[in-house]
Amino acid sequence: MRALDDVDIDIRENEFFTLLGPSGCGKTTLLRIIAGFELPTSGTVLLGGKDITALPPNERPVNTVFQSYALFPHMTVAQNIGFGLRMLGEPAGKIDERVSRMLRLVQMEPMADRRTDQLSGGQQQRVALARALAPAPKVLLLDEPLAALDLKLRKNMQIELKSLQAETGITFIFVTHDQEEALTMSDRIAVMRSGQILQVGSPREIYDAPTHRFVADFIGEINILSGQIGAASGDRAKVTLKDGTALEARTPEGWTGSGEVAVAVRPEAARLAVGGEAATIEGTLENLVYFGAASHLHLRLGTGEEFVIRHSGATPGLSLTPGARIGAVIPPDQARVLE
Amino acid sequence: MSEESLLHARAVTARRERRTRQFLLAPAIVTILAISVLPLGITVIYSFLTPGTYGGVTWEFSADAYVQFLFEEDIFDGTLAFNDAYISIFLRSIGLALGATLGALLLGFPTAYFIATKPRDQRNFWLFVITLPFWTNLLIRTYAMLLIIRDEGFVNIVLMGVGLIDRPLSILYTDTAVFIGLIYTYLPFMVLPLYASLEKLDFRLVEAAYDLYGNRWQVLRNVIVPLAKPGIVAGCILVFIPGLGAYITPELLGGGKKLMIGNMIAIQFGSSRNWPFGSAAALILMALVVIALLIYARAAGREARAHG
Repeated sequence: MRALDDVDIDIRENEFFTLLGPSGCGKTTLLRIIAGFELPTSGTVLLGGKDITALPPNERPVNTVFQSYALFPHMTVAQNIGFGLRMLGEPAGKIDERVSRMLRLVQMEPMADRRTDQLSGGQQQRVALARALAPAPKVLLLDEPLAALDLKLRKNMQIELKSLQAETGITFIFVTHDQEEALTMSDRIAVMRSGQILQVGSPREIYDAPTHRFVADFIGEINILSGQIGAASGDRAKVTLKDGTALEARTPEGWTGSGEVAVAVRPEAARLAVGGEAATIEGTLENLVYFGAASHLHLRLGTGEEFVIRHSGATPGLSLTPGARIGAVIPPDQARVLE
Repeated sequence: MSEESLLHARAVTARRERRTRQFLLAPAIVTILAISVLPLGITVIYSFLTPGTYGGVTWEFSADAYVQFLFEEDIFDGTLAFNDAYISIFLRSIGLALGATLGALLLGFPTAYFIATKPRDQRNFWLFVITLPFWTNLLIRTYAMLLIIRDEGFVNIVLMGVGLIDRPLSILYTDTAVFIGLIYTYLPFMVLPLYASLEKLDFRLVEAAYDLYGNRWQVLRNVIVPLAKPGIVAGCILVFIPGLGAYITPELLGGGKKLMIGNMIAIQFGSSRNWPFGSAAALILMALVVIALLIYARAAGREARAHG
């Protein structure tokens, strides 16, 4: 059983890069290999062109913010932050100066002499961050650092982390299983499943143009319809659904598949057909879930599949009661054939 | 019910509760009296009496035992001259016990670390191996050690066989022999508390220290040792105190020539027939240990306050 298989990624300098995937997908193992805690059975880790695969963690200019924070309980906040620099044998004056800069950076100046067990979860998080940033590493690894925080604090820290990354210019490699977190913070995301990287791209690419069914399903809500592929031209192809409905969809670049395919449509990409508009698909309204800003209409298609439309605003001439026949328009470039 | 009778009922209940509490505490109090206060009291009283001609004591107050510890009475004119014989035995014992404690720490720490980093299901096996010597009598184990380190013993046979030495090393009946014997005897008392501390150590902290550029030595000194400190202190106390009063080990391995406090005290109750002096020496030993522990407790308390 391989924890990681054929993983090949290029992470750019000063990038906020996220490894996203469900637990057990190998993202933490990958992070531990980059940190030096684990040796890959084969393959290399290059940092700025230099092979660091065999270097122990203490010889890599890479620092980690651990999921458990792993703050030293026998040291004060300031001592924790200065630990890396002390180990490097930096002069005391330089350490003090750097520690106070870090304390300022994470807004923990009043807590400098506290012991770490007297801090709240969010404060411990900041100290862990400052401790990892203090030696000015080339790469900062973050292993689900926000997982233990409550929702509101997590949202704040997401924004802070992002601005901290921009401020320090350090490459961040962030591990999370939270797709929303990945979308809001990252420059690029790698979606992983069972030891493999399925897709690498900007949040928009990952969301708008997922190439795998798993990626489409894992990130955000999506409708997946199965059908038979027909005539293709350029990056468009005709797909015939099981009940005979035909629709046009975009195909991945350089794609040459045939036969049975899955077509993905985001709930917000489809809209209701109004005023005698030609509908792409039709179904029976089963359920209407109201969110405030929008509603989700759950349709049952002729194929037996469920299709969700995100809808906001008024619906002139339409009765949105369960059992109603509803038509939906799917613009051709909003439906995507998955690999 | 009237207020007065309510008060009365309360008083009765309180009295009954107090009596129950005293009754339940009785076994503990009796035990403490019987095994701690009583023998100690007898020792204190005996140390202030006059030795009997054939051992035992005669009931006549005398502080001679304590004077004898520091001074020697001239048999002709009865003047007192300073005598460092007993002091030097105490110092030798303290030195040996400290050395054995340090030796046990240096051997015990890697051992405990080894066990604590084994998979959970294997640790019990290693702990069993560590405690295995306790299944045999100390006297027998000490004789076994004697056989191993004597001139014709295992150590010398192997070393000569390999050609490292051509004459046997004379270890037996030296301070070295006592030192080895003390480490051997008390090593488990060092390993077990160390293990208890290291087993609780969060190894993610060790990882964090490596990640923050600590090399092995730095990680050990700055993270592992400070976090294992309660175990180190407990282990050192558990080795030093019994080591200081050791009797069998110096008797057998030191050949009775090199006295430790324990042997000296034993002699007072045996051939020297000076029970008061033996009692006084035992109490002085105890006082030293208590003072040392108090100093430590105070230092530890100050440190905890400084951190808190």
